[in-house]
Amino acid sequence: MNHWAFVAAGYLIVFVGIAAYAAWVLTRGRALSGEVPEERRRFLD
Amino acid sequence: MTSTSSKATYVVGWAAIVGLALSLLFALVLSPPEVNMGDSVRLLYVHLPTIAVSYLGYGITFLGSVIYLRNQSPFWDLLAGAAAEIGVLFTAFVLVTGAIWGKPTWGTYWEWDPRLTATTVMFIMYLGYLAIRRMDLPQEVRSRRAAVVGIIAIANLIIVRYSVQWWRGLHQGQTLGVDTQLDGLMLFSLFLSVVAFLLLGAWLLIHRFRVAWLERQVEDMRLARALSERRGEAGGAALGGVVS
Repeated sequence: MNHWAFVAAGYLIVFVGIAAYAAWVLTRGRALSGEVPEERRRFLD
Repeated sequence: MTSTSSKATYVVGWAAIVGLALSLLFALVLSPPEVNMGDSVRLLYVHLPTIAVSYLGYGITFLGSVIYLRNQSPFWDLLAGAAAEIGVLFTAFVLVTGAIWGKPTWGTYWEWDPRLTATTVMFIMYLGYLAIRRMDLPQEVRSRRAAVVGIIAIANLIIVRYSVQWWRGLHQGQTLGVDTQLDGLMLFSLFLSVVAFLLLGAWLLIHRFRVAWLERQVEDMRLARALSERRGEAGGAALGGVVS
């Protein structure tokens, strides 16, 4: 089997996985940000 | 700002994107195939950087756990938790890319080789660490138990790192060291990929820590609200008892 198929599979899994995790983190951050008042938003700047 | 983004995350994030784009160019186009492994060597440029991010994550978890046990600061507890989650995610990538790379080079996706076994044990142990963080326990107890595991689990990192020297197996020796024999362009591609992935790991860590901080604030606010409602009910009942 062509090595490029293995290379493509490896890169695809890693980059799609990272993109999905990053999207989840950012979405969760946006959702929670609205619930937390300004005085409790330490470490966010 | 109603998100976990800031100037710092924009700078680190863009640096990671540029670094990753360049590393893909070098890893997939400019660097040469290896004499024995052929083009499958290109998996090195994603396999090794992902373990670098895992090591960084677990190192921060260890540091955060030690400091948390000394000063009980929620900052270090949450940073340790966020770093462990990123470490686990990237260890999963290490195991998957390693298995994929194993097929064309070793002829098998999996072998109970010392390095692979040690990495799997490390992965499971940090999954356990994350499970402790989600246990239904008082916040301080949960954090303290997690910190103890976060300290003990660092032994895995040492075992994984030196497993190729301590035991014989299929896995190659350390890729980077004093006797590195990588071609100049391959070495540069690897270096670039490691830097780009570390920047990405840092970006993810900042965001994940901030999400954890917000989660803690929401948890504290809900607890305070529930306590205040309970006190209100108790006060009302006592007043009702006096009136009747």
